[in-house]
Amino acid sequence: MKIKGTSVALDNLDWQILELLQENAKRTYTEIGHRLGMAHSTVYDRIKRMEDHGIIKKYGAILDFERVGIIPITAIVTVYTNPKESEKIAEKLAEFDEVLEAFSSFSEELVIIAKVIAQDQTQLHSFVAQSIAPLPGVLRIRTSIITKKFKEEPFRKGFSYDHARKNE
Amino acid sequence: MSVSPSRILRNLLREEAFYFFTSIGNYTGQNAASLGEFTQQIKQVDIKSLEFHLYREDFEKWIAQTLGDARLAAEIKDLRLRKAVGNLLREQLHNIVSKRYRMLKGKLAFKVTT
Repeated sequence: MKIKGTSVALDNLDWQILELLQENAKRTYTEIGHRLGMAHSTVYDRIKRMEDHGIIKKYGAILDFERVGIIPITAIVTVYTNPKESEKIAEKLAEFDEVLEAFSSFSEELVIIAKVIAQDQTQLHSFVAQSIAPLPGVLRIRTSIITKKFKEEPFRKGFSYDHARKNE
Repeated sequence: MSVSPSRILRNLLREEAFYFFTSIGNYTGQNAASLGEFTQQIKQVDIKSLEFHLYREDFEKWIAQTLGDARLAAEIKDLRLRKAVGNLLREQLHNIVSKRYRMLKGKLAFKVTT
């Protein structure tokens, strides 16, 4: 790992460690060391540096809600906004527990795109109607309820290896 | 206990306004923060929005619980039970709401002048 000003360049070994951690964050330093043919102390040092530099933001558990009888619905909510209020709307949306991810985007109009979960359609509608629609600067809202998920993976390998190689 | 015309006709806070949707989560951008604005919006919003809210009983709930007009809410409930749709729904809903609005405005004016 090389530090250039405020940016950090990862080498191929860093990316491989990250990929193993993204597959399973509970892997031990020893296990990762065995897989990559390096000492566990080296793995520890590299992971520690990546944590310290904020490359690894946090470790978390991915839950299967259906196993505990909770089947929330997920929706992609597109909020068309007045450009002057857009930033504030995005920040406000980010504060809600129902909002898992929020992004701003500019195509023909300035929009905020949010991934929202709710217990059911009634709760989703109430959330959009009572918490999003009244925000100053909201022009209109389009909501798409997700009916089937085909893939959900964090960003990793493929692109990241190519990216790392370019930086080597 | 009847609610006073001035209370029913008051301007509401942004959070209390009625927001017109065409389906779950799809906001038209139109809202009404008073009975007067609501009367105007009925003429303008997409028919789909009127049908969506009428049959979810949203109009009745907002008018009874937020504006406090149980009588108007009951009249809208009657309209729902008659299963009105399309332009006929818009026309009938507008007639009911605007008639009630004019009556309340009249009562308010009478109260102010006496």
